[in-house]
Amino acid sequence: MSKVNAILQGTLNWVDERFPLTSNWKAHLSEYYAPKNFNFWYFFGSLAMLVLVIQIVTGIFLTMHFKPDASLNASGVPVAFASVEYIMRDVPWGWLIRYMHSTGASAFFIVVYMHMFRGMLYGSYRKPRELIWIFGMVIFLCLMAEAFFGYLLPWGQMSFWGAQVIVNLFSAIPLIGPDLSLWLRGDYVVGDATLNRFFAFHVIAVPLVLLGLVAAHILALHEVGSNNPDGVEIKKKKDANGIPLDGIPFHPYYSVKDIVGVVVFLMVFSVIVFFMPEFGGYFLEYNNFFPADPLVTPPHIAPVWYFTPYYSILRAVTYPLFGIDAKFWGVVAMGASTLIIALLPWLDRSPVKSIRYRGPLYKGFLAAFIVSFFILGYLGMLGPTPMRTLVAQICSVIYFAFFLLMPIYSSLDKCQPEPDRVTSK
Amino acid sequence: MKKFLSAILFAPLLAFGAGAELHLDRAPDKANDMAALQNGAKIFVNYCLNCHSASYMRYNRLKDIGLNDAQIKDNLLFTAEKVGEPMKIAMQRADAKVWFGAAPPDLTVIARARASEFGSGADWLYTYLRGFYRDDKRPTGWNNVVFENVGMPHVLWELQGEQVMGADHKLNLVKPGKLKPQEFDAAVGDLVGFLKYMGEPMAEFRKQLGVIVLIFLAVVFVFAYALKREYWKDVH
Repeated sequence: MSKVNAILQGTLNWVDERFPLTSNWKAHLSEYYAPKNFNFWYFFGSLAMLVLVIQIVTGIFLTMHFKPDASLNASGVPVAFASVEYIMRDVPWGWLIRYMHSTGASAFFIVVYMHMFRGMLYGSYRKPRELIWIFGMVIFLCLMAEAFFGYLLPWGQMSFWGAQVIVNLFSAIPLIGPDLSLWLRGDYVVGDATLNRFFAFHVIAVPLVLLGLVAAHILALHEVGSNNPDGVEIKKKKDANGIPLDGIPFHPYYSVKDIVGVVVFLMVFSVIVFFMPEFGGYFLEYNNFFPADPLVTPPHIAPVWYFTPYYSILRAVTYPLFGIDAKFWGVVAMGASTLIIALLPWLDRSPVKSIRYRGPLYKGFLAAFIVSFFILGYLGMLGPTPMRTLVAQICSVIYFAFFLLMPIYSSLDKCQPEPDRVTSK
Repeated sequence: MKKFLSAILFAPLLAFGAGAELHLDRAPDKANDMAALQNGAKIFVNYCLNCHSASYMRYNRLKDIGLNDAQIKDNLLFTAEKVGEPMKIAMQRADAKVWFGAAPPDLTVIARARASEFGSGADWLYTYLRGFYRDDKRPTGWNNVVFENVGMPHVLWELQGEQVMGADHKLNLVKPGKLKPQEFDAAVGDLVGFLKYMGEPMAEFRKQLGVIVLIFLAVVFVFAYALKREYWKDVH
């Protein structure tokens, strides 16, 4: 046994002289000190990594059988649509891989929204973690692009018309708009050229950027250390060896804890994959089981649920301004609604980070923001009526007020004093 | 503030009322009734598979519903040579478009595509196939309660007979067909059961596998939780 150990140690030494293996293991896992008081909300970072891996692995197997081809086969079905059904029926376990990928897309947004909400609850974006937040926001934007490109690929009716609507948004930009949307599509309508370029973006361009950003997100986190539900810095109180008093090594403590989170997540994930893969039409829209038909516009075009809050904000803008179409200002509002989240580190002027010590003003604004976000999301799935548009307008104002008024209400708020050290159960 | 919040909470309820209602009859569940699915396959091949293809569905997949290769070959294989081939049709799409105004759609996943907030795709098909009525204004002489001005004529009219729409928007059978109304409903139920099966042939296996996967994960959870407890007992 000791001989085996000696060989293993020798191999490790050989590698360490040539590559920083042990030092990286220590820096990022066994000697990365995380606060000991992480709660439920802290599972979603590692779960986002898990879903990323699920999407990449299932995605690789899907590309082996998927054909990004909009031409019609002998039965009059687009080849891309037929290839998805081929995966569902004739590829061994293809249905499982495909359902994992389609469910994974929605799961990704669920865990990322929870992860972002955690950041807002405990002020994780505040100094010195601004760059972590910025990287995270760029990841979120990449994720939306990735989901948008991917949604076209099955080439169903919603794929086609959703892409048509979104690409047409760019045509609202004055002067360059029409040419820009033509350039994005590669054709006058969404067609084979669009399908092929979206495939390229979906399987290689965006995932490469995404992986790089995830690495940057984690490196930045490990440079400054994790925040915690109390929003106090554990690095301020260290023992004689320089180890934070309230810190525990990520491995093994949080690695074994995250395994529990992973198993629970996989149980929920499996319930959807095996028992309700369409999730009532929210994860796989019913209309998308009709192949794309450029001549038949569906009566109601709705984006997938994770885009609907921003889509509602887009539709809520109904006034033209400065002689430019309302549609353009809708696009501006939609873009602003996603970008403004990145400014949180500079909008928040509160003396405390965590919701636990914040005053009633912030809690009220946050609650109103969350409620508005859900209502906007729900309205975005429905067709517009004058009443719904009015509700969407009110909610859009609340959405932006949460951010734009934050410098005022966060500094006026009556906060409680933060504790010196983290509070444990 | 509280008033404002509750106003936001309840305002949407007013906004969500509107929208056209579509009443659908509930289709019987035939997912585990092999005899019904086989009867549905027979009706599908005899009445539907002349104009509609099911081009992602291979004939020999029908083994799922309890048939063997010889049975499939002798009783159902009208449009192909080999049991491994998909259910295609001979009619050209360009011709079909001239004859019907629109080419009849492929029906492999129709039961999934027709689902909506009003009911499952099977409910829609069950209502649709029983909802044809006489309408002299239409070129085919037929119209439908859930698919207005449909291009398809009433292919099953010999079985059902002829219905007309009364002034109360209810359908009345004025000329009986070969089957009694209950028999016709049962036959359509079988056909819709088959269409639902064909939309997702692995659906029953998927659910069975899901139970096994969840039991496995539950066992893993016990060990994962015990491991976490063991490591964390010295963290205070």
